[in-house]
Amino acid sequence: MNHWIIAPVILPALLAPLIAFVMRHDIVLARAASSVGTLALLAISVGLAIMAANGSVHVYYLGNWPAPFGIVLVLDRLSALMVLLTALLAAIVLFHAIATGWDNRGNHFHALFQFQLMGICGAFLTGDAFNLFVFFEVLLIASYGLMVHAGGKVRLQAGLQYVVMNLVGSTLFLFALGTLYASTGTLNIADLIVKVQESSPGDDGLIRVAAMLLLIVFGVKAALVPLHFWLPATYANAPAPVAALFAIMTKVGAYAIIRIHGMAFGPENPATGSLISDWLFVLALVTTAVGAIGVLGARRLGSLLSYAVIGSMGTLLLAVSVFDPYAMTTALYYLVHSTFAAAALFLLADLIIARRGNDWLGVQPATVQNGLFAALFFAGAIAMAGMPPLSGFLGKLMILDALRSPELIGWAWTAILLGSLLTILGFAQAGSGLFWKSTASPVSDPGKTAAASGDQAKTDTDSLPATALAIAPSMMALCLLVVLTVMAGPVTTYLEATSAQLHDRSSYVDAVLNGNTREAK
Amino acid sequence: MFSENGLLPIIAILPFLGALFPGLMIRAGRNACASFTAIPTVLALVLLASLAPGVMGGTVYRAEIMWLPQLQLSASFFLDGLGLLFAFMILGVGLLITLYARFYLSSKDPMGQFYTYLLLFQGAMLGIVLSDNILLLLIFWELTSLSSFLLIGYWKHLPEGRQGARMALTITGAGGLAMIGGMLILGEIVGSYQLTDILAAGDQIKANAWYAPAVILILLGAFTKSAQFPFHFWLPHAMAAPTPVSAYLHSATMVKAGVFLMARMWPALAGTDLWFYVVASVGLVTMVLGAIIALFKDDLKALLAFSTVSHLGLLTMLLGFGTPEAAIAAVFHIINHLTFKAALFMTAGIVDHETGTRDIKRLGGLAKVMPITAAIGTVAALSMAGFPLFNGFLSKEAMLHEASHTSWWENPWIVGALATLGALFSVAYSLRFIFHVFAGPVRDDYPAKPHDPGFGMWAAPAFLCIFVIAIGIAPFLATPVVKMAAEAVTGEDLSFYFKIWHGVNTALLMSVAAIIGGVILLVAHRPLERLWAAMPRPEAKTIFDSLITATQHGMRWLTGILHQGAISRYLAIFVAATVALGLIAFSGGAMGPETRDLTPVPPVAFVGWVLLMAAVAMVVLFHRMRFRALVVIGVIGLMISVGFVYLSAPDLALTQISVETVTILLLLLALHFLPKQSPYESGPTRRAGDATLAVIAGVAAAALAFSFMMRDFSTISDYHLANSKSGGGGTNVVNVILVDFRGYDTYGEIIVLGIAGLCIFALMESLLNGPAGRKLRKAEFGPDRSRDRHPLMMVVATRVMLPIALMVGVYIFLRGHNQPGGGFVAGLIFSIALLMQYMASGFAWTIRRQRIEYHALIGFGVVIAGLTGVGSWLAGRPFLTSNFGYFEIPPIEEFELATAMLFDLGVFLCVLGAVMLMLHSLSRLARHAGETVNNEPMDYDPSRSVQASSSTGMGA
Amino acid sequence: MELLVASAVGALTAGGVYLILRLRAFAVILGLALLSYAVNIFLFSTGRLAVGKPPVLDGYTVSDFAAYTDPLPQALVLTAIVISFGMTAVLVMFALGAYLEAGDDKVDMDGPDQPDRQIAATTPQDPESDGITFSFAPKERDA
Repeated sequence: MNHWIIAPVILPALLAPLIAFVMRHDIVLARAASSVGTLALLAISVGLAIMAANGSVHVYYLGNWPAPFGIVLVLDRLSALMVLLTALLAAIVLFHAIATGWDNRGNHFHALFQFQLMGICGAFLTGDAFNLFVFFEVLLIASYGLMVHAGGKVRLQAGLQYVVMNLVGSTLFLFALGTLYASTGTLNIADLIVKVQESSPGDDGLIRVAAMLLLIVFGVKAALVPLHFWLPATYANAPAPVAALFAIMTKVGAYAIIRIHGMAFGPENPATGSLISDWLFVLALVTTAVGAIGVLGARRLGSLLSYAVIGSMGTLLLAVSVFDPYAMTTALYYLVHSTFAAAALFLLADLIIARRGNDWLGVQPATVQNGLFAALFFAGAIAMAGMPPLSGFLGKLMILDALRSPELIGWAWTAILLGSLLTILGFAQAGSGLFWKSTASPVSDPGKTAAASGDQAKTDTDSLPATALAIAPSMMALCLLVVLTVMAGPVTTYLEATSAQLHDRSSYVDAVLNGNTREAK
Repeated sequence: MFSENGLLPIIAILPFLGALFPGLMIRAGRNACASFTAIPTVLALVLLASLAPGVMGGTVYRAEIMWLPQLQLSASFFLDGLGLLFAFMILGVGLLITLYARFYLSSKDPMGQFYTYLLLFQGAMLGIVLSDNILLLLIFWELTSLSSFLLIGYWKHLPEGRQGARMALTITGAGGLAMIGGMLILGEIVGSYQLTDILAAGDQIKANAWYAPAVILILLGAFTKSAQFPFHFWLPHAMAAPTPVSAYLHSATMVKAGVFLMARMWPALAGTDLWFYVVASVGLVTMVLGAIIALFKDDLKALLAFSTVSHLGLLTMLLGFGTPEAAIAAVFHIINHLTFKAALFMTAGIVDHETGTRDIKRLGGLAKVMPITAAIGTVAALSMAGFPLFNGFLSKEAMLHEASHTSWWENPWIVGALATLGALFSVAYSLRFIFHVFAGPVRDDYPAKPHDPGFGMWAAPAFLCIFVIAIGIAPFLATPVVKMAAEAVTGEDLSFYFKIWHGVNTALLMSVAAIIGGVILLVAHRPLERLWAAMPRPEAKTIFDSLITATQHGMRWLTGILHQGAISRYLAIFVAATVALGLIAFSGGAMGPETRDLTPVPPVAFVGWVLLMAAVAMVVLFHRMRFRALVVIGVIGLMISVGFVYLSAPDLALTQISVETVTILLLLLALHFLPKQSPYESGPTRRAGDATLAVIAGVAAAALAFSFMMRDFSTISDYHLANSKSGGGGTNVVNVILVDFRGYDTYGEIIVLGIAGLCIFALMESLLNGPAGRKLRKAEFGPDRSRDRHPLMMVVATRVMLPIALMVGVYIFLRGHNQPGGGFVAGLIFSIALLMQYMASGFAWTIRRQRIEYHALIGFGVVIAGLTGVGSWLAGRPFLTSNFGYFEIPPIEEFELATAMLFDLGVFLCVLGAVMLMLHSLSRLARHAGETVNNEPMDYDPSRSVQASSSTGMGA
Repeated sequence: MELLVASAVGALTAGGVYLILRLRAFAVILGLALLSYAVNIFLFSTGRLAVGKPPVLDGYTVSDFAAYTDPLPQALVLTAIVISFGMTAVLVMFALGAYLEAGDDKVDMDGPDQPDRQIAATTPQDPESDGITFSFAPKERDA
């Protein structure tokens, strides 16, 4: 029994109370502890990824009860990947929060941050549907706290809406789980796969309802139209590091769809058939459109990025909705890419907004380091819009490639390509408004060229230039994108294996249900 | 024959590596910057030259580096005649431009940036012509769009620069996206993305059903890039860029990318009717249109821009013909156009630079003051006009020759006629360029005092003019190069030769006609111009702009109404969608027969049900009277817990009732700060709508619940019943599930409580330190508050209750494992007991006597629970594996001490801490709001003794 | 009995949905409370209804499973209750905070891209926002 599997949950869960209740009066101490914890989490998740890389499904039987009666944690390639992604992102975001002093503008940032990580990792690792609900709640309530970190009128109003929306979502989650249990009599995902397969065709009504309700629940998290309404106001008003961290939150929804619907309610399944696949495709199509439209229509930098995120979720879920191994591979690649792209942009936006004073896309006198920010924004924008040479282009190319079956091609390609065009336009206009219009005279700003050398531009504005430390995190995120581009081959090979394992349901079921033969204690 | 060669990737990567230097070298001065830009270009040229002989000899060099095998995307390059020709053009002109720009850019311009962008662009362009993999080609293709966006917008302070850049990006970007689709389809047809494979599979492609869409999509990419009608309008606006950029991108290289692509794909796509009618027609129209407009442009660069459009049209048309001869002519004209057009742009730049204007109307007579420039300009312009002894003449002859014997819809002469017309106009504007700028008397009103520039500036165009004349006089010099490229295009062995005098043939007559007509047009330019000005014609930019603005406003409006911030509407949509999708899902499935019969309903239960329904109705109807609504909510909770008791769920009942109490108490305290009433805001129609939706949702939920309650099912929970005592050591199966079977859930659950406490505390802090805190301090209390806020009776009662309540709590906690109860309920009972104290004696008074730090409570709770779980690692068991043994407490009953109980203790502490922390926060609010801290527990106190004894009763 | 329970779920859901669609935070809180009642009963009823069969064992081993009702849903409901309790508490505080900051407890706000937001951020358009009165007298048409 390998206890490392549960470490990503236990470590933050034990660290957070200490930070909250022992170190809460000293920010330095809290920062140190939080950073160490996050780095440790990163190390652990790398270890887990290596562990999972050999293709075996590791199962952790909590309370030593056999599945499906107790709760199990399951570590396969997918969950390992997601945990690793979370840890990487967390490290970057934490770095930014500390460097910019965001964490000190309110109370309990680090404690909530750690709890948030615990919730996310728990959600990725669990093999039990109801436990997934519990950890959704953990990560949600932590996100509520982070969302209104540092307070403020508009932020609180947005936070209230965020809470209400998600509480309704959680309620629906319980309805869905109830229906699921009432029809299958189990909560364990592996057992669920079996039960759903066995369900008699004459009696599949409840299962179909449950599957659909779950899709909606996860759709809320994944910002699937028409359940996405909470996202723009939330992301646009959340503290920047939190918004960047939320880049993984939408992915939690996507992950849940991939895990539960992909494994239990896919098209190969007699009870649900193409129900989920079809509707997910349609909704994702609309999502892509709404996102792109929003990018062009946005008036604020914050909401521009929010809509870009929505659009990327649409593209991602389009690929997911096919539920076949290759499409899943492409979806996973795009998932990783869009996470870092969104994070990079939100962190960058924070630095820019901090110097502009507001995030309206209007014309303003050039701020300090105009050139440097322009260059970074340009890089982030082409990543997000899916232009070469960054991973966004490869991801989109692969998804297009995966969506070429005759009945999908027309809709999917049109949506994705037109969406990209609108996104490019939106970003181009925002960028030229933010950085070009603002330059009153053709003064040379070495900043842009200095972006390569990491040197700082010096122009005559009173706002302080961002320190190298403050810029480093967004740079890191961009660098990860570069790595993702250059290493596209190896990465995709790993993801291919991941998606293959995902579609090899029998071995998953076998590993979970027959892994622990122990009877009662 | 093919041969592997490792140099190709190096050549391709050189400019990108080089792009890193200018930004740094600018710090060493402008010359250093320029030379460091030249170095990678020169290197690349040298390497290329080393391969040239082989290519001339018919070898095709290839190199492949795997990148993304899943997508068949590889960094693979190949170099054949066509590629070599273009690579030479790109690098050669690039070198000249680098030199030219060094002297063109003013000292205020950030030269480092300029050269960085320039090299990026050069690399992208080189990539296009070298890549063997069409996906790789796509990447470079889009890169040219991006880098040209940066170059056009280089003077970011100029609005036309920014707009031009955005327009170019929009058009070419859109084309590029279309091309992505086309290329993917092409790859699908052939089964490979390698160009070498695709070029070999021409017939297979043309036979395929997807041929048409592929061609259309790819052509969209090519046409937009090469500014073909109706996408031609972006090019003139891109002229806002510095002249070196115009000369490089918009005459020599980027706009040729589209032509290159058509030439490259020629074997695979050309030769069909579709190809002919689309490509040739578009080219023809573009050629004529561009030429006509060019004649009436007064801005030198605009004139050149439209002439470029026209010549690109010419090339497109030739490639559209799909005959080898036409291909030869096209290749030849590509070379010639490069030489004279780049030279002309640079000349225009010099004129602009020296005189300070590009407006033909303000120029003239420059021949006297700037003889060198004039000479260069004249030579190049004559070549553009297609006068004999200049290279332009030869390729134009070839073009006219091809046009003269091409028939369009069985119409043998239309193509020829239109081609002649185009040629005629191009003669006219070329001559205008010469006569209206250089000829005529010297004027005294030039914005600046003109004179010839330094050698550095006219060297580049002069160098190009050497080619113009050399090829023009001795065409055979060009023959091998053209042969090499043309054979690469057509994939056939070709034998041909150029000569100046073919004898009197149609082509000659056509060009003679063109020249004569052109001269006439120039003479008649003034009246024609007036006519042109009077003629109504669509202004492409305004149309485009209005289109873009309209789109954006549309998007803005749509986004606005979609996300207008009304969560009530968001939720309505959410609920509606849920119900609809749920019904769809359900209707698609089937339900088995009902296997259970209804459980009988005793009258008591019925009465309870009626009460419940009535209470719900009341809450809905009177929710505006907030206090009343709260009380009724309490009734609902009560009914539900009674129901739980009846339906054999004692634990639920206990928890429900205690949670109920605490929640209501908290809500009451919170309501203290909120308005006591909600106003009527939504109209009857809206309420009716909401009600309908609500009812539908309710019915759906009820139906769902009923449908499964009437059917049996097999569940895993028998296992829990069976192993509860033996494995979990408790007879209360629910509790054993909570702390053992599914202890992990409970662990998460208490974490949620802990976080809740944190959130509330943090929120309260930021509130009280923010504007809200100030408001609160200003807040005053209404006149209607009771004088006796801490009534004697209540205080006494709660004091007496406290110890009892605590006892009960302990008992409930201890029996939890075997009887209904447990840590959670116990915690709640404790909190209720303490809450009562607060209610009775006011927040502040109690807080003064509060000895426990609630943060610590939560912290301990979470940590204890966590450590209990971790503890089982010591026994080598998984997280939260429980262990238990029995022991006696004589007076009461047999207890069993399980690690699960320790876990339960964690739960208990968490609950207590969380609840009290919430209360604590509310009380801090109250104190901020200026609530008086009463030193006595009650406002009216008959005797000290009561207070003394009661305060000793304070346990917490 | 099933009918009663089902109808109770339905009624609570309907009431809850209606209330969360109101414009004031307090109504929304009430609505969510009703919804959580509804879902708790719903979840509980997935174990099917049984009278007088509490899942408290009377012996070491279980002879007849039919003698006890399904304990699992009860455990799930307990977890759900606790969680929704925590959530409600946070929600209440959020509502309170929003009220104190904004001066009214409306749940709707301007969308992120409403142009007037720029002004709204600077100038308080609500008369209440500069002073609050804790009055038990009903306030007519506040905001």
